[in-house]
Amino acid sequence: MTRVLIPAGALGLGYDRNALERGLANRPDIIAIDGGSTDSGPSYLGRGVSKYSRASTKVEWRELMQARAKAGVPLVIGTAGTCGADQTVDWLLQITREIAAEEGMKVRVATIRSGQPKERVKAALADGRLRALPAAPEISETVIEDCSNIVALAGVEQVAAALATGADIVIAGRTTDTAIIAALPIARGDHAGAAWHGAKIGECGALATTNPNSGVIQIDFDDAGFTVEPMAPNAAATPYTVSAHMLYENSDPFILHEPGGHLDVTGSEYEALDKRRVRVEGSKWVKGRYTVKLEGARVVGHQSVGLAVMRDRRYVQNAREWAADVVAKVRAKIEARMGLSPDDFDVEIRLIGMDATLGTLENRRDVPVEVGVLGILTCPTQEQAAEAAKIMNPYLLHHPLTEDEPMPTFAFPFSPAEMQRGALYEFCLNHVMELDDPMAAFTLEVHEVGHA
Amino acid sequence: MPELGRIVSKVRSKNAGPFWLTIDVFCGDSATFERVSASLKDEAVARLYGVDRQLLKRFEIPSLNVVKFSVPRPVVQGKRTDRDMHGAGWGCLLEELEID
Repeated sequence: MTRVLIPAGALGLGYDRNALERGLANRPDIIAIDGGSTDSGPSYLGRGVSKYSRASTKVEWRELMQARAKAGVPLVIGTAGTCGADQTVDWLLQITREIAAEEGMKVRVATIRSGQPKERVKAALADGRLRALPAAPEISETVIEDCSNIVALAGVEQVAAALATGADIVIAGRTTDTAIIAALPIARGDHAGAAWHGAKIGECGALATTNPNSGVIQIDFDDAGFTVEPMAPNAAATPYTVSAHMLYENSDPFILHEPGGHLDVTGSEYEALDKRRVRVEGSKWVKGRYTVKLEGARVVGHQSVGLAVMRDRRYVQNAREWAADVVAKVRAKIEARMGLSPDDFDVEIRLIGMDATLGTLENRRDVPVEVGVLGILTCPTQEQAAEAAKIMNPYLLHHPLTEDEPMPTFAFPFSPAEMQRGALYEFCLNHVMELDDPMAAFTLEVHEVGHA
Repeated sequence: MPELGRIVSKVRSKNAGPFWLTIDVFCGDSATFERVSASLKDEAVARLYGVDRQLLKRFEIPSLNVVKFSVPRPVVQGKRTDRDMHGAGWGCLLEELEID
């Protein structure tokens, strides 16, 4: 039997302190927490930075390091620093060193680096060891070369190797959400299907319970199944909340692909042990070729944005025509004055209050009270984007619907009116890479931290 | 004909990775599940999101009274033309679809 304590769905999100204490009192074998996902977009991976504040991360990581010391068990984080790039592994390692020094702790820290040298990925492409997943973009050597960061998603093998070093703390770069939870149960011989399934249920903390914000959840794995129990007294796991979690962020609620195979929960049975605990059995692990998923991000331009708000009823009613006219005039002026060719830049206006969320898919045509006019300028360089935004500025402030009417003025919330967004990144890989040895694409290092 | 959102307990859309969107319709009870399951057509859902019907995945989960759809994201997450980084707004289209 292996007991895994999961404090929250992600480090930096917060959790119920009393529930964590209760979890520690139950003597877990390991504490595991996720550090990120792709869900906030490509910029974090592209830049190799964390989405969450360093201050919040340090406060929560300190508490988890203290909890670990108290329990005397390993603490594992996967996808450190939102994106799991090598830079964010270093970032969390540095925070760990600071905390260890401040707390007088001596800890052995194992790091797993998931960053991929471009040459390795290009070689895999050339050798036919890269396979496109459904809806993958086209790739080429150039696309790979353009990536500022490429990571591979580690599975249980890499996390288990890190644990086998005797590490007190494992800071993993990009891993699958489930690998950090499933690694120890699988290494100890618990049921593989149960390990992956329970890990999926636990990867978002208490999201699979009636009280998601409480965060802390405990999962017991054994040779036949797993048992889920939230640690907050006002949270309950029910067969419904547990089985429904397989829907969450999964394109297929029954099959989950992982390095080295896939989980099949078609035959899983969910049983309420009491009002708060659920037992699950019948989950299957199906072995396959050893592949790891790749994620990559590259810069595709730089952006400046401007925001104005129109409240005048006639302008609100005619906002679409007005915006189309502004875009055409600004485009022409950028070409004429900045010498950019039409394919080099983009001018877009999104009308907040009308169709800013859905664009052309929007099918409602209600007339709102006011409309936010979000002007987005995309150019090859930031300097050009800033110039383009300045060219748009007078139109956002004063552009009239017709030539023979008094000049309107719209509401600008800020001075300066433009905001520099920096580089625009895009995800450009949705592929798996075949590996003969799971460790071949990952680097394991051991650091003695806090020792003089 | 009522909007789907008026008869079910919840419609939720979310990214399933950067390249896929998944939409869960929580029907609440088995009668509503049967009704939604019978009247919600794949063609209508694919048309709503502007995707090829062949690429639409549909799952019927009676134990949860859930009908689930997954489609390639109408725009890849984070691309210049993406308007909804987490894919949470697209569910509204299905929520407002009128059904029998």
